[in-house]
Amino acid sequence: MAAVENNEIRYLNPPTVEVRKKKYCRFKKAGIKYVDYKDPEFLKKFLNEQGKILPRRITGTSLKFQRKVAQAIKRARSLALLPYVTDLLK
Amino acid sequence: MIKQYETVFIATPVLSDTQMKEAVAKYTQLIADNGGEVVYQEDWGLKQLAYPIQHKTSGFYYLIQFKADPQFVNTLETQYHRDERIIRFLTVALDKDAVAYAEHRRQVRSGKAAEAAKEEAPAEPAAEPVEEVEE
Repeated sequence: MAAVENNEIRYLNPPTVEVRKKKYCRFKKAGIKYVDYKDPEFLKKFLNEQGKILPRRITGTSLKFQRKVAQAIKRARSLALLPYVTDLLK
Repeated sequence: MIKQYETVFIATPVLSDTQMKEAVAKYTQLIADNGGEVVYQEDWGLKQLAYPIQHKTSGFYYLIQFKADPQFVNTLETQYHRDERIIRFLTVALDKDAVAYAEHRRQVRSGKAAEAAKEEAPAEPAAEPVEEVEE
């Protein structure tokens, strides 16, 4: 309790600090090594509603796998498994 | 130098079953004739396209995994280009992770197919893959 007594500023209500959940790379966590372009349902997790690829800062994917995801999505698009442009995907 | 490849092609939806089989036979034959080896093939059936290609909204998908000389890919793709039945194709080389994944996928699928045959239900290939991870 010593730390509290030394603190000169006291708050009536404790200041709300937003605790963000740490993002992680799902591929590293699950030990996935290959991103399959033949599985559009999985790749849809990395697309927004217009079918654009989501940035790493949102999905938390590591750079190595972001490249692979992007490659897989582009392959899926060329095979008409995923649309190039759309509205209300999902 | 033998590498493993994987090719997916989309055939026009106007083909009949026998015509489709003929087309598939042509390409498996082509692979075999050029010293390649078909490792695995999979029929995805008639699928809706995500966007129209040549004014068509659906097509027959077919997947072939094979081992062949890198030179052969050019031959194969030339044949695809000349074939009017094929509206889209993609050939990719498989690295070692991809080969392992393909192997795994094959086993999962064959397990599923066996189960489906047991229950005598129509084979439903669009199952959740194993690599799906919950957040």
